[in-house]
Amino acid sequence: MEFNGPSQDAILTDPKVIGKSTRRIDGPLKTTGTAPYAYERHDVVPNQAYGYVLGAGIAKGRITAMNLEDARKAPGVIAIVAATEHEPVGSSDFNHAPLFGGRKIAHYHQAIACVVAETFEEARAAAAMIRTSYEPEDGTYDLAKVAPSAELEKGGWGDARSDRGDFEATFGAAAEKLDQHYTTPDESHAMMEPMATIAAWDGDRLTVWTSNQMINWGKESLASILSIPEDKIRVDSPYIGGGFGGKLFVRADAVMAALAAKAAKRPVKVMLQRPLIFNNTTHRPATIQRVRIGTDKQGRIQAIAHECWSGNITGQDGENATAQTNHMYAGDDRMTASYVTQLDLPEGNAMRAPGEAPGHMGLEVAIDEMAEKLGMDPIEFRILNEPKTMPAHPDRKFSERHLVRCLREGGERFGWSKRQAKPASVSDGRWLVGMGVSAGFRGAPTTKSAARVALDGNGGAKVTTDMTDIGTGSYTIIAQTAAECLGLPLEKVSVVLGDSAFPVSSGSGGQWGAASSTAGVYAACIELHRSIAQKLGIDPQTIRFEDGRVIGAGKTVPLSDLGQLAATGEIDFGDYKKGYDIGTYAGHFCEVGVDRYTGEIRIRRMLAVCDAGRILNPLSARSQVIGAMTMAAGATLMEELAVDKRFGYFVNHDLASYEVPVHADIPHQEVVFLDTPDPYSTPLQAKGVGELGICGPTAAIANAVYNATGIRVREYPITLDKMIDQLPQV
Amino acid sequence: MRSFTYQRAESASQAAAAVAATPGAKFIAGGTNLLDLMKLEIETPTHLVDVQDTGLDRIEDTPEGGLRIGTLVSNTALSADQRVRRDYAVLTRAIQAGASGQLRNKATTGGNLLQRTRCPYFYDPNMPCNKRKPGDGCAAMKGYSRQLGVIGTSESCIATYPGDMAVALRLLDAVVETVKGDGTARSIPIADFHRLWGDHPERETALEPGEMITHVVLPKPLGGKHVYHKVRDRASYAFALVSVAAVIQPDGTGRVAFGGMAPKPWRVEEAEALLPQGASAVVKRAFANAKPRSDNRFKLALAERTLAGILAEARS
Repeated sequence: MEFNGPSQDAILTDPKVIGKSTRRIDGPLKTTGTAPYAYERHDVVPNQAYGYVLGAGIAKGRITAMNLEDARKAPGVIAIVAATEHEPVGSSDFNHAPLFGGRKIAHYHQAIACVVAETFEEARAAAAMIRTSYEPEDGTYDLAKVAPSAELEKGGWGDARSDRGDFEATFGAAAEKLDQHYTTPDESHAMMEPMATIAAWDGDRLTVWTSNQMINWGKESLASILSIPEDKIRVDSPYIGGGFGGKLFVRADAVMAALAAKAAKRPVKVMLQRPLIFNNTTHRPATIQRVRIGTDKQGRIQAIAHECWSGNITGQDGENATAQTNHMYAGDDRMTASYVTQLDLPEGNAMRAPGEAPGHMGLEVAIDEMAEKLGMDPIEFRILNEPKTMPAHPDRKFSERHLVRCLREGGERFGWSKRQAKPASVSDGRWLVGMGVSAGFRGAPTTKSAARVALDGNGGAKVTTDMTDIGTGSYTIIAQTAAECLGLPLEKVSVVLGDSAFPVSSGSGGQWGAASSTAGVYAACIELHRSIAQKLGIDPQTIRFEDGRVIGAGKTVPLSDLGQLAATGEIDFGDYKKGYDIGTYAGHFCEVGVDRYTGEIRIRRMLAVCDAGRILNPLSARSQVIGAMTMAAGATLMEELAVDKRFGYFVNHDLASYEVPVHADIPHQEVVFLDTPDPYSTPLQAKGVGELGICGPTAAIANAVYNATGIRVREYPITLDKMIDQLPQV
Repeated sequence: MRSFTYQRAESASQAAAAVAATPGAKFIAGGTNLLDLMKLEIETPTHLVDVQDTGLDRIEDTPEGGLRIGTLVSNTALSADQRVRRDYAVLTRAIQAGASGQLRNKATTGGNLLQRTRCPYFYDPNMPCNKRKPGDGCAAMKGYSRQLGVIGTSESCIATYPGDMAVALRLLDAVVETVKGDGTARSIPIADFHRLWGDHPERETALEPGEMITHVVLPKPLGGKHVYHKVRDRASYAFALVSVAAVIQPDGTGRVAFGGMAPKPWRVEEAEALLPQGASAVVKRAFANAKPRSDNRFKLALAERTLAGILAEARS
């Protein structure tokens, strides 16, 4: 089914299941510890052996020798796949750093061996007996040093460069100007469940039970990496303990498990141990950003430019922090550019809201700074510069955009009027207290997605699709969609996900999963409606589904009478979207306290008011947003992969030293969804929210810290050591 | 993790004898730090002597009016003890500022004193480390050192002692009681328990091989206002950037010890004599010989400001 908008399906006039806060249908499995996550799938294949991946001890160079003798003789060892004895694997469109690259080392902790043994402990002990000698080479690890030679991005997720009008001239002549630099560090996904795979061969057929956000990409990648046909591969990933973009792509766990299973001639399970997650897998690249804003005396933006420098092992695509700037504020003369340089650090790749998450940390602080220069309230400054159409492409209309409402309603709910514009003027005991605001933008991409819906003959239905649930609630919104379309109560719908044997879905990433995959289920239901209508001789235009019955042409037939009818459907999105700027928007608010003595920053409360289409399940959507706000707190106040520029690796590669927020950091969060269905987005008028929540709370926190202290830290994370010299005398 | 043998000892002297008699043997109690280090093969004991059956899990009153804490008393139990909360609140506050509830349930008094540094280079076996492998060199010296030591460090090691409990114990002038492999007992003042690294960063405490901590003794209570302020980037479950333990008396005198600064809890008695003059005088004196790096120079200002906050609140 091709969707060309605007959507006007009758089921949306009075939805009974969609849009209702609904507890996760997979919740009981998770709370009882019975949801089968990749590493614990003991029942899928017998005789599983344990693989342990050894990571390279240098960042760049060659392995000259690996002494495997002691490891081979170690108790329980079944097989060893080692870089000196095995050809490097191939690559794929989705992987840049080698997942198993033979003797050549491209980054620290690159997989150089997998030891297979009868127990995990035996595999780990044997892996530690491998002695590897290297011939290291010099590498490039210092972004700031090489940024000046960076070139425009070649790949990546957005426009590498965009121009409208004459930015330089207009900026040069502007009455008020801001020109500031901001930096964001490398960050790790640090998801709860590390990458894990069980691999088994049956002749030339490979099955991987794994933890992956994108089943079909995974299948294609494995085929390309292992040089086997796609149709010989099955990927199964029904439950995923967090991904945040780190599991969009096949990683070394799957590749090494497949190679090890072949060598061991039996199924092998591999989990990447926590210290490998930070350097072996992908990360969000650091950025250096420059934002320039020129306004007239009244604060109308006339010129705006956002540039970004980042690095990556590819030298091709980096972290494009300018991504939101083309969408957010008015201004006739404008420019964005994203430059990237080659670095020999581990591979940079997508992490929750790639580009936009760090982009707001630059742009939305610059907006705050500009408002202050103008003596304007930062909400009013934003509203004054709200564009009528997409600012970088004025011919593109907004489908639905309620950013001003987000800011206004958020301001009222948060008590913004109590904010003191003059920084460092509110105290509460030893705490300096401040409020901050940020606007938020994240695109609302959709992509084609298919599903199969089958009646079970007993009055229920089953949905199968290779869509994934990465903790987001996909199971539930898919069940809600099918229940709504088929006139069934939620408990009559079962959902099976994550198997490459099922129709190919959008997968989970880029905030496209919820909107796209439910549209695919909708398409399958419409196909099923047609089959049923045909079978019963009812006009498909008038057929209705209510309370487990089909109604039309004077007939009322229970679904249980229809046998095991099934239909597969696919949603595809037509070109009409090119004429629209379809996004999600938010007003983010934060209040912080800063200890006047120590400079410790503690969040007191956060609010997000979101405009993100029809909210399919407010309960799980809220969970998505508060999770993203929490991640934003981490990005702003603590998360940083520390680069050792001598050895070329991320030093703090465990969860004791790479700090992410804990409960005590997040005292109070509130999320409000505006009721703003977008008929141009999908048939269900839905959009994603999972990434909107991390676009802006960062800057709201940073702006609150400034409001509390009068200290502007432009190098994230904002930690006390960067403020201590400017804190008030004690 | 290397293979090891395991036994459970029924008394401290039996445990000490077993460890002393077995090359490569170590004690294990809660194991909250040792097991992590064994998984990374930073610790490679050949034999573990489990001391959990030695019965040293009581807190007793001493004739001098203090407390004698068995080595197996968990962090949770010690910090919750009514006598500790009443008379040694700085100890309760220090313990509860550390780790997480689950870890404190498992961690013991003796084991906590022996936790090893959190220097990230110590934790990565690919990196040179004099503490892990004497003579290997130190990757931290010119590396990422934000968390590392500013005083009492040496040319061979700049790591810190990471714990909280010991900072309070140092402030309270606790005494560590031990038993050696030959059955003899001794008492080690806490000030002498942790060593400065010097040329031997692999030697971290005054304990001899096979010597087991049996008790920690607290002298009679000090009175005064008890404060433990642990400064960190996140609100919980993080090691201290700087921590300050203090007991402040109504006349403005008192004691102060610092964590996160040095290879051991850092208390300089001549410096704390300057408490009535304010935080600046104390910190200047206590850290007169500091050798900070550019990454961790802020710790000196932070220590002073943290103490200033404590003094201001003690006065109010």
